[in-house]
Amino acid sequence: MAQQMKYFYELTISSSPHAHSPVTTQTIMRDVLIALTPALIGSIYFFGFRALMVTLVSAAACVFFEWGYCKIRKQPCKTYDLSSVVTGVLLAFVCPVSIPYWTIILGDLFAIVLVKMLFGGLGKNIVNPALAARAFMFSWPAAMTKWVWPGFENAPSIIGATTDAVSSATADAVSVATPLAAMHVGQLPDCSILDAFLGNISGCLGETSALLLLIGFVYLLYRKVITARIPVAYILTVAVLSFLFPKGNDPVAWMAYQLFGGGLMLGAIFMATDYVTSPITKLGQIIYGVGCGVLTIVLRYFGGYSEGVSYAILIMNTCVVLLDRLGRPTPFGVPKKEAQKK
Amino acid sequence: MAFSFFGGVHPKENKWYACDKQTQEFPEPDVVVIPMSQHIGAPCKPLVKKGDPVTVGQKIGDNQGLCVPVHASVSGTVKAVEMRAHTSGTTVMSVVIENDHLDTLCEDVKPRTQDEVDALTPEQLVDIIHEGGVVGMGGATFPTHVKLSGGIGKVDTVIINAGECEPYITADDRLCREHPAELMKGLKLIMKVFGLSEGHIAIEDNKPEAIAALKEHLLDGIVLDVLPAKYPQGAEKQLIYAVTGREVPSGGLPAAVGCAVFNAATTKAIHDVVYDGMPLIKRIVTVSGDILMEPKNLLVPIGTSFNDLIEACGYSENPYKVLSGGPMMGVAQYDLSVPTIKGVNAITVLGKKNNFYVDEPHCLRCGKCVDACPMRLMPVMMYQAVKGGDVAEMKAIHLMDCIECGCCAYTCPASVPLVLGFRAGKQLVRNAAAREKAKA
Repeated sequence: MAQQMKYFYELTISSSPHAHSPVTTQTIMRDVLIALTPALIGSIYFFGFRALMVTLVSAAACVFFEWGYCKIRKQPCKTYDLSSVVTGVLLAFVCPVSIPYWTIILGDLFAIVLVKMLFGGLGKNIVNPALAARAFMFSWPAAMTKWVWPGFENAPSIIGATTDAVSSATADAVSVATPLAAMHVGQLPDCSILDAFLGNISGCLGETSALLLLIGFVYLLYRKVITARIPVAYILTVAVLSFLFPKGNDPVAWMAYQLFGGGLMLGAIFMATDYVTSPITKLGQIIYGVGCGVLTIVLRYFGGYSEGVSYAILIMNTCVVLLDRLGRPTPFGVPKKEAQKK
Repeated sequence: MAFSFFGGVHPKENKWYACDKQTQEFPEPDVVVIPMSQHIGAPCKPLVKKGDPVTVGQKIGDNQGLCVPVHASVSGTVKAVEMRAHTSGTTVMSVVIENDHLDTLCEDVKPRTQDEVDALTPEQLVDIIHEGGVVGMGGATFPTHVKLSGGIGKVDTVIINAGECEPYITADDRLCREHPAELMKGLKLIMKVFGLSEGHIAIEDNKPEAIAALKEHLLDGIVLDVLPAKYPQGAEKQLIYAVTGREVPSGGLPAAVGCAVFNAATTKAIHDVVYDGMPLIKRIVTVSGDILMEPKNLLVPIGTSFNDLIEACGYSENPYKVLSGGPMMGVAQYDLSVPTIKGVNAITVLGKKNNFYVDEPHCLRCGKCVDACPMRLMPVMMYQAVKGGDVAEMKAIHLMDCIECGCCAYTCPASVPLVLGFRAGKQLVRNAAAREKAKA
């Protein structure tokens, strides 16, 4: 050969594209955590510093369980993607502030190991880990339904407080009802709509303030982490159904309490939009949102428990594969009829 | 009337590196390597042998069938006819010419006057363009004469693609700014072949100077379509949709919806071949990248090695990747002795920070790829089918319609190598089809 082939540098060969968007799994999870921060600060304001402790313990436990699982199974550990932190925070958000630490750590174990890692890790689980863990934790119904009034004077102590301690500390604590519990028996709750919107009501740690959750929603939309399709379809469906089928004679108030009184905002904005367990097609996402809304109303009206958001989302999670098949877009240049045949 | 195609992404344009750099004539290299395969179709057979003298514009390779001849870009002596590295990653029979720097012009190169050009029939024009070695210069290198002759009677809309949606590349931008009149005359020739009275030039709105230059030289019957900057606006099917609202059928050619698309550089080459009689032996190449000291737009003789061009621009750190083309669809090179061929519109040199490789990526099922796919496909499902080796499923979800534009992989937060998978999957589908054919 006349001229020697020259390898000038250590050049890297790979398939195109050679450019990448700055958005990675880690930045997405970080954005979700930022979006949850207003609600977390609100929960500290309403329920005291135990809310922060529960959240931190839950997040730390989730990271630890994922790390431990990967070590035992000798898999590469990817806890830096922050997805287990998000699971931990969300699980804390759907528990009462008085939850004993051992219960929520058990829930974290269930969420990370059984629901997420055993199915193959991030992206492979079928149902939302935080919600599945919440359903599991209802094995201790007393711990999961001990509500306290908002306000620092009612706040349970930061360390060691168990449900018993709470109930004995303030006699009221046991009998406190969430707005939804009143509505479950067909009455309007005795808090104002504004209190329900701002979050000055009893309920799960992170779910009470619709306002702060909506701020997070706007942030997620601005950062293009999620689209509005699922949350809007979900919330609109609940609004329409509760307006059409009110109990009592004030449909607007009934609708408002249905929207702001329970876990709908947290569920619609942060749980139903979980990438892994929601559809990826536009049509699929809208049907999924509507389905979540219908099931929420059905469970709230006819279920044995006053809240229905988490079970509605869990049930719709299992339909995702079918919804994606249904919502598959018609490829460019393929006649509509031919695409439908397949 | 502009339509907006579905999906697409907005990668960082990075055009500022080179867009204001006047095109410079690259000093002729001492040696050029001219591959016999610079187009889609049968490779040429060399018409010269070692020791032969050659002149600028002399035909040195041709063949029967779907083939486009190649020409010498410098004058001098044939040093070798042998296998040499090619931008496609393989080796190809090439003619190596030692430059005597005398620039002796071939006798066949004769300019035509406007009257002579006006007297040409469409068939003669197609012949001249074929003999001039013109291929699609946007990167696909489809023989231009085939597109022209195949479209006569079918094509009612001709579009010049000056979109240039790839980051970094500014070759067509410079072409529009520096040679708008030639571009217009080239388009007029294409319109004459098809017998049309109207032609379109499509350009993205991020090139205001080029748009101004084109507007100034606009001829009768030519429409300038200014489209929003969005990748892949310059992809053939997306461009046709954006300009006409027509969808090229799956597996079909643009002629099926009465359209023909020509790259701006190709149109200029058609002008040069017809008016100047000069075959395609030089082209504008953007040499750009984030680690180059001085990115440039260069008028390069075909056959100049990548190494010469990169050395002329200088670099601040050792290149991590050298691409033939832009970062979205460019082909990574491992050997910088590869020659610049007709389809190379840019050489992009990237530094270490462009490493997006992730070990064992976890798909999040976020659906960003579905929203980004301009072909309205389901990249995440296609990737699953490829990983499972399920050929029937690959076909059912239209893997073969993928245009490999890279929008899905660009946008994937988990850095799943989607396009790599689809290339492998397409090969599986082709292999399966070949096996079936062999059985039958």
